[in-house]
Amino acid sequence: MVVGELGEVIRTAGLTKVYPKADAPAVDGLDLGVRQGELFGLLGPNGAGKTTTVGMLTTRVVPTAGAAWIGGIDVVARPTLVKQVIAVVSQQNTLDRSLTVRENLYFHGLLFGVPARQARRTADELLERFHLAKWADASVFALSGGMAQRLMVARAIYHRPAVLFLDEPTAGLDPQSRLALWEILGELIADGQTILLTTHNMEEADQLCDRVAILDHGRVLALDTPAALKQGVGADTVVSVQADGDPAALAELLTREITGVTQSRLTGAGVELQVKGGGANRLLPRVLSAAEAGGFAVADLSVAEATLETVFISLTGKELRD
Amino acid sequence: MSSAAITARPTRSVFAASRSALGALVKRDLLVLRKHAGEFAARTIMQPLLLVFVFLYVFPSIGQGVGGGGGKAGESDFATVLVPGVVAITIMFQGIQSVAIQLSQEFGYTREIEDRVQAPCPLWLVAVARVLSGAAQGMISAILVFPIAAVVHAPGVEAHLSVHWWVVVTLIPLACLAMTSLGLVLGTTFEPRNIGLMFGFVVLPLVFLGGTYYQWTKLSAIQVGGFPWLQTLVLVNPLIYIAEGMRAGLTEASHMHLYVVYPVLIGFCVLFLSLGLRNFRRRVLS
Ligand SMILES: Nc1ncnc2c1ncn2[C@@H]1O[C@H](COP(=O)(O)OP(=O)(O)OP(=O)(O)O)[C@@H](O)[C@H]1O
Ligand SMILES: [Mg+2]
Repeated sequence: MVVGELGEVIRTAGLTKVYPKADAPAVDGLDLGVRQGELFGLLGPNGAGKTTTVGMLTTRVVPTAGAAWIGGIDVVARPTLVKQVIAVVSQQNTLDRSLTVRENLYFHGLLFGVPARQARRTADELLERFHLAKWADASVFALSGGMAQRLMVARAIYHRPAVLFLDEPTAGLDPQSRLALWEILGELIADGQTILLTTHNMEEADQLCDRVAILDHGRVLALDTPAALKQGVGADTVVSVQADGDPAALAELLTREITGVTQSRLTGAGVELQVKGGGANRLLPRVLSAAEAGGFAVADLSVAEATLETVFISLTGKELRD
Repeated sequence: MSSAAITARPTRSVFAASRSALGALVKRDLLVLRKHAGEFAARTIMQPLLLVFVFLYVFPSIGQGVGGGGGKAGESDFATVLVPGVVAITIMFQGIQSVAIQLSQEFGYTREIEDRVQAPCPLWLVAVARVLSGAAQGMISAILVFPIAAVVHAPGVEAHLSVHWWVVVTLIPLACLAMTSLGLVLGTTFEPRNIGLMFGFVVLPLVFLGGTYYQWTKLSAIQVGGFPWLQTLVLVNPLIYIAEGMRAGLTEASHMHLYVVYPVLIGFCVLFLSLGLRNFRRRVLS
C-alpha cells in the first residue's frame, strides 16, 4: 500500500497524533485519500485537529502512529523529498518581514532552485496575477491582512506544488478579502491544482470543496461531497423558533406535532428543528399554530435550508461556530 | 501511478535541492545585511569604540591609572591587552545579535521560521545556513573593529601590535563559527521575552570573565590556598580562548598556548552546533 488508489496524491492510513502530556489524541486514526485536482476540505471546530493533520502531512508534526504519503512518497521517512512537491499557507502570517513584497517571492524561487533571472520574472508575473504589483517594493508591513494572505498564497504556488495546503486561509479576513481569495482558489482549481483546505466556516467548505471531511476530536465523522453530506442528514430544512415559556417543553411539543422533524435542539434563546420535507408543505404556519395552540407566544420564527452546519449539528449535537 | 500524478514526483535530488536552498538562505541573510548596512556598522562599532575611548583615551588623559605598571608604559601594555579583547568581544556580540536574537524572534514572534523550514532541504541545513551567514557577519565586524581598536588612543599610549597573519586568518573564522553556534544554542533556548535574562545571566558573565580586559596567563595570581581558582574557572568560558587566540594573533603579549586554543575552540564549535541543532529540531517539529 504505497500509492493507494490511482490518481490519489494524498493518502493517509491510521494517521494518529498524541501530543506529549495530552490525554486524548489530537488526530485519531485518520484514513484519507485526496485525488489529483481535487479541492478537499477538512471542516471542524477549534481544536478538532485540522492544523495537526496539516502539520503531519507537511512534515512539521511527527505522527505517533500511522503513515502518510504524498504522491506515493512516505512523508515521515522522506520529508526532504516531500517538501519539494508541497506548499503550505499556515494560519499565521509567516512572510519575511525584512524583505519587500517582491523579494519574498523572489527568494522563495531561489529557495526552490529557480535560477535568479527566471525567479525574478516569475515573481513579477505572480505579483500581476495576485494584484500586488502596486506593492512590489513595499515592505510586507504595509500590506493589509487580505493582501498578506494573497502574497502567502502566491508564494506557496510559486514552485508549482503538487499539493497546496491552506490552513484556515480566510479566518480573520473581511468578507471582501474572503471573496477575493475564494476567486483565486477557484482559478487555481481550474488550473488543476490539488488543494487541501481546512476551515471552520461551513459556508466556505460548502461553496469551495469537492469533498469535505467533517472532523471533531481528531476523528472523521463524515466524508463526502457537500451535497451528499447534506442529503445524508435526512433533513433539508432548519426551523428556528423563539417563544416565551420553557424551551424544552416547546421542543417536545413541536417534535410531536410537526411531521418530518428529525432532530430538535435547544439554542440559547429558543428551539431549532431539523425537518425533512419541510420545504414543500407550508411549514411555518404549521409550526406557528402548533406553538400557539400549546400556549407559547412566538416571538421569532425563521426557516433556512440545511447546511453543512446542520450536518455537523446532527453528527455532534453542537454548533461549529464561526 | 497515473500519468496525471507525475507532477507529484520530485524533480531534483535531495542533494541538488539542498545546495540551492542553502545558497538562497545565505543570500537572503546577506541581502538583509546589505539593506541594514548602516545600522549594522553602527551597532558593531559602538561598543568597541566606547570601550577603547574610555579605557585608552579618557583614563590616560585624566590620569586615572590602568595597567598595573603605571604611567605611559603601563597604559600601553593595557592597550596591547585590550585591543585583541575588543576584537574577541565584537565577534561574540555578532554571534548573539545575528543568530541568537534573530532566531529567538523568528521562532517566538514573527514566525518566519515556519516558512523557511518548508524549504526542500534537511532541517539542520536551515539552521546551519544561519550560522554561516552569521559567521560571515562576524568576520566583517572583526575587520571593521580592528582599525578603531588600534587607532583610538590618548597621545603617548600605544598598543604594541604585531599581526601574525596565519593565526588571524584561521582563528577569526573559527571564532566566528564558535560564537554563531553559541548563538544558535541561545536563540533556540530563550524566548523573545527572556532575552533580558539571556544578557544578564549568560552574555555578561561571558564578557566579563572572558579575558577581554586582562590576560588569562595573569589570572594565576588570584589564588585561594595556593589554587588559582579563577584561572581554572574561566576555562569553561569559550570567549577566553578567542581573546587569548587574538592576543596570539595580534600581539607579542603572553597568551595561552595555541595548541590549546585551536582544539578547544573546535570542541566548542562541535558542542554548540550539536546542542543547537538538536534544540532547533525540537523547536521546529512537534
Ligand atoms: N504543539 C502542541 N502541543 C500540545 N498540544 C497541541 C499542540 N498543537 C495542538 N495541540 C492540541 O491538539 C488539539 C488539536 O489542535 P489543532 O491545532 O490541530 O486543532 P485545529 O482544528 O487546527 O483548531 P483551530 O481551529 O483552533 O486552529 C487541540 O486540543 C490542541 O490543544
Ligand atoms: Mg488550526
